[in-house]
Amino acid sequence: MAEATEVLDVGQGEYKYGFHDPEQYVFKSRKGLTREIVAEISAIKNEPTWMREYRLKALEQFEARPMPKWGGDLSGIDFDDIYYYLRPTEGQGRTWEEVPEYIKTTFDRLGIPQAERKFLAGVSAQYESEVIYHSIRKDLESKGVIFTDCDTGLREHPEIFKQYFGTIIPSNDNKFSALNSAVWSGGSFVYVPAGVKVDIPLQAYFRINAQNMGQFERTLIIAEPGSYVHYVEGCTAPTWSSNSLHSAVVEIIVKEGARVRYTTIQNWSNNVYNLVTKRAQAFRDATMEWIDCNLGSMLTMKYPAVYLMEPGARGEVLSIAFAGRGQHQDAGAKMVHVAPNTSSAITSKSISKFGGRASYRGLLKVHKGCENVKSNVRCDALLMDEESRTDTYPYIEIEEDRVSIGHEATVSKVSEEQLFYLRSRGLSENDATMMIVNGFIEPIVKELPMEYAIEMNRLIQLEMEGSVG
Amino acid sequence: MAETAELVIQDLHVSVEGREILKGVNLTVPTGEVHALMGPNGSGKSTLAYTLMGHPKYEVTQGRVLFKGEDILDLEPDERARRGVFLAFQYPTAIPGVSLGNFLRMSLKSVRGADMPILEFRKLAKEKMTLLKMDDSFFGRYVNDGFSGGEKKRAEILQMALLQPQIAIMDETDSGLDIDALRTVSEGVNAIRGPQMGILIITHYQRILNYITPDYVHVLVDGRIVRSGQQDLVEALEARGYDWIINEALNPQGV
Repeated sequence: MAEATEVLDVGQGEYKYGFHDPEQYVFKSRKGLTREIVAEISAIKNEPTWMREYRLKALEQFEARPMPKWGGDLSGIDFDDIYYYLRPTEGQGRTWEEVPEYIKTTFDRLGIPQAERKFLAGVSAQYESEVIYHSIRKDLESKGVIFTDCDTGLREHPEIFKQYFGTIIPSNDNKFSALNSAVWSGGSFVYVPAGVKVDIPLQAYFRINAQNMGQFERTLIIAEPGSYVHYVEGCTAPTWSSNSLHSAVVEIIVKEGARVRYTTIQNWSNNVYNLVTKRAQAFRDATMEWIDCNLGSMLTMKYPAVYLMEPGARGEVLSIAFAGRGQHQDAGAKMVHVAPNTSSAITSKSISKFGGRASYRGLLKVHKGCENVKSNVRCDALLMDEESRTDTYPYIEIEEDRVSIGHEATVSKVSEEQLFYLRSRGLSENDATMMIVNGFIEPIVKELPMEYAIEMNRLIQLEMEGSVG
Repeated sequence: MAETAELVIQDLHVSVEGREILKGVNLTVPTGEVHALMGPNGSGKSTLAYTLMGHPKYEVTQGRVLFKGEDILDLEPDERARRGVFLAFQYPTAIPGVSLGNFLRMSLKSVRGADMPILEFRKLAKEKMTLLKMDDSFFGRYVNDGFSGGEKKRAEILQMALLQPQIAIMDETDSGLDIDALRTVSEGVNAIRGPQMGILIITHYQRILNYITPDYVHVLVDGRIVRSGQQDLVEALEARGYDWIINEALNPQGV
């Protein structure tokens, strides 16, 4: 049996998820992206013609679009040097025992599925391009809740899948949504029937293992009227000296009176480009909440969006970004009000340390005729040293007069007075700094389920300590 | 020599941003005694308080501060706290997002060097909070964030009660308190004080000394202690103000 081996240290000493497994895959595409590779992915997956055509068209859109010139530095991405599809196993495990030993060991080291036994309603684990394990609590399944990977969703629930897939984020929305639409694999398909409330979270876990890997999971969540679901995703990768690309598309439909909460704890290693498009549509009296925590990656560009489609809809984004050595977190949110009597709130907290760069980039748009829109945007940045950087790019487009809009942005440092106060109570300088930082992100961490809140505080602590080398 | 928790300040000179504020302070607070340090505004009272706790802005240019026989001036503030030094702040700093309960527990753990079981801690904290007429809701509130003046001062004395320092410096704890709050805080201090604890009460006014009776009183003027005495000195200050003592200090010949 293979054993996980430690990889070279590229200066991310405290990143405990940086190990990798030897590759023993049943299929690995050649590097680079061509029509043949896209067709091959579709063929391996036995997809219907419409999906194959959809992928090929998206590939054309991807090729036609220029690289974005804004946000972060994307010049290090070489699309010809990436593996677009890696299939680690033949089938998918329904029980943990069915998962190959080496992958199981990896997920054991990452704390899955111990977590599942304790407090989750369902678990999905994606390794490279495919979901290799998933489970859902029996009582939820019998109520008609679907929680599976997107490939299975397409195969086993073609009507629902086709009705919604690509309707929230068209393939041609941006260069990376086009790329995902061409080569997508895995991800989650969640369907919650009307009135069903999934009381504890569903969790998906994403792991990149190989070098120069591109992971393109695709997630589609449909919450029928009056339903509720909380979906949590986490992600890690080995620390390689060359770069990997993660480019997901997440589409969510929140119907009348339903509520969806989507929580991300992104902890990719610092050699991953994380370029993700996430968007939800919230209908009458529906609530969509994104809780977006970005700790890892080299560059993240991600702006979870809520389109407020009908009166009473409410959208909220709570985000935390930590930018450490060599990291650029270009994160934010988009709120688009296309109906009157809708409300939104964005709370963004960023921490920059060791020369890291955190940017808040947000769009608030209120279309003409959308009266009584209420929106509040608040961005707080904490700078831990002189070499780090923070920027705020708030785009506000208001076409209607009768609205109530608040915007506030602050940049602060850990103050000498706060440190002295805590140290006078016996806390070491490190403990005092951690306490101030934890307090800074508390308004968001308190929204996480307790297990994740503890994990989040621990991860932030590791990031704050940084590498010794 | 037996170790005592005596605080001995010897010829202490302190500058802030290049300006000398303390110009040779000599003061001893033996274990178990309560000393009051009084003085007009700008005399250097708070500078002494911050210097004793180790605030980095205050530069000691001369002198020593011995506590339990050891010079503590080279110690970091947290090391001083762990040796039993406590400062009740005049203006306690807000720590948004950190609950008072968490902070107290962390602080207690840091000072004692060992964690206390949560239930035991809760019981202890609740006992001290009752003493200071603080209800349970304080536990979940963020440290000093949105606290009224009186709440901040009570929270300071609560920390003093929990940490059980051997020398407590109370920097203008009476400022901004109404008469009821002053009484509550003073009663709290009286309940905490004992033979194991020295207290240095820094104040501009005598009124807190009506509740907490000091063993000795010192008057600080322009960075030096110009007079020491007992309760009768407090009464003289109350009756005559600071001017006569300032004049005496500045014109030692013209008594």
